[in-house]
Amino acid sequence: MSLESILSILEQNWPNYLKGAYITLLIAIFSTIIGALIGLFIGVMHTIPLRKKSFKSFLLKIVNFILSVYVEIFRGTPMIVQAMVVFYGIAAYGFVMDRFLAAILVVSLNTGAYMAEYVRGGIVSIEKGQYEAAEAIGMNHFQTMVHIILPQVIRNILPATGNQLIMNIKDSAVLSVISVTELFFVTKTIASINYKTADSYLIACVMYLIMTLTASQLLRLFEKKLDGPKDYNFQSDKKSA
Amino acid sequence: MEKVIDIRHLNKSFGNHEVLRDVNFSVAKGEVVCLIGSSGSGKSTLLRCINLLETPTGGEIIYNGENILDKDHDVSKHRTHLGMVFQSFNLFNNHNVLKNCVVGQQKVLKRSKQEAEKNALKFLEIVGMDKYINAKPSQLSGGQKQRVAIARALSMDPDVMLFDEPTSALDPEMVGEVLKVMRRLADEGNTMLIVTHEMEFAKEVADRIVFMDKGVIVEEGPPSQVLVNPVHDRTKEFLKRTLK
Ligand SMILES: Nc1ncnc2c1ncn2[C@@H]1O[C@H](COP(=O)(O)OP(=O)(O)OP(=O)(O)O)[C@@H](O)[C@H]1O
Ligand SMILES: [Mg+2]
Repeated sequence: MSLESILSILEQNWPNYLKGAYITLLIAIFSTIIGALIGLFIGVMHTIPLRKKSFKSFLLKIVNFILSVYVEIFRGTPMIVQAMVVFYGIAAYGFVMDRFLAAILVVSLNTGAYMAEYVRGGIVSIEKGQYEAAEAIGMNHFQTMVHIILPQVIRNILPATGNQLIMNIKDSAVLSVISVTELFFVTKTIASINYKTADSYLIACVMYLIMTLTASQLLRLFEKKLDGPKDYNFQSDKKSA
Repeated sequence: MEKVIDIRHLNKSFGNHEVLRDVNFSVAKGEVVCLIGSSGSGKSTLLRCINLLETPTGGEIIYNGENILDKDHDVSKHRTHLGMVFQSFNLFNNHNVLKNCVVGQQKVLKRSKQEAEKNALKFLEIVGMDKYINAKPSQLSGGQKQRVAIARALSMDPDVMLFDEPTSALDPEMVGEVLKVMRRLADEGNTMLIVTHEMEFAKEVADRIVFMDKGVIVEEGPPSQVLVNPVHDRTKEFLKRTLK
């Protein structure tokens, strides 16, 4: 390892490294957003109050059962295996999926399975009084969720979503098994040509770190922005008059 | 007198625990009724049955001539006629003071933003919280929160205000500011049903006192009777315990 050799690798390969990092970021960002939406959907479905013995509640139970099976499968198996099963499984039916889309699909489904639990926990942890106050002014369950509960849940799961984004930036490396040209795959290719394995991966390492650190800083800023100013604006007599 | 709420043979059980037993009582338009009784006697449950936060297990609740326990009765609409104030305030944590008083008007009553804000400001001024419209609930004291909660309920222009121990969760120095607001509402002729442990306040504002014990109404009448010369032993005992 030497600075010289690192610089020469960078000189020859920087466009590929950047492209790889770009694909990694795209996969991580899109999958985290889609996964969070999946999680939100499942969390909401799981907390719809059931009215006893109606056809609707029967249907809801079946849907929720299927959703639970999905969550358990994706939380209980390694993403690297999921990637193989999804990509080659679909390919076996003669339909070759775009590798990038397959990657987004796998990471989204994986993220969704984790987020579902966070969302359910987030919904359950909202005090009963918030629901009762909303119902007491005449809101139905849907209105209560949309205007009162979910905004609070989303705020509460934001840190978990941020964690998931950081995990996805790192874990998307496993998608190299289906030859998605993300940062790890690109690095592997570069190293197999120049035989400077350690140096090539050290560069990838620093790039991953830059991405994850930037992501966590941006998220922290975003959270602060959402929380609004610490002080409220006291309406002076002049203003209200 | 025109009855707004008329409760007949109301029963409520949680499992095999009978919490309300054959409760009969009514509230007339413009009347201020205070509900008193020891802890666990069913006061909150009775109040919550009236706006269907609890579903009664028997009896009738007639609201302006309609039985709200009928299967096809519009629960959401019924609730807009009643303003509920909780012991624990329950302000919407994700909204500022103004939005707390506006969101129900907009989403449930379908009022325009402008109209809703104008109405909200009117009531926020009455409770003395109009200068805090931008504050989040977490930035307010208990007394301030409760006054906003009262404004939120009033903003829906309800026919009846229900209060469930509105001052019980407050530090003593904040009780006064909330009672002052409630006194004003009573003076202005609002119909109010108040669960309270504040006997002095009840004596002052109530047209009628209802004493509950173990799920039944034991005694009711004007404060001068129920609070000063109660007939029943259970009422006497309760007053002796609370007034000393
Ligand atoms: N959701 C519930 N499930 C089971 N039991 C309940 C429920 N809500 C209330 N109870 C029971 O019903 C009884 C009456 O409760 P309620 O809250 O109406 O009393 P209260 O008169 O308001 O008392 P307090 O002065 O302490 O507020 C109590 O014994 C209580 O344990
Ligand atoms: Mg109570």
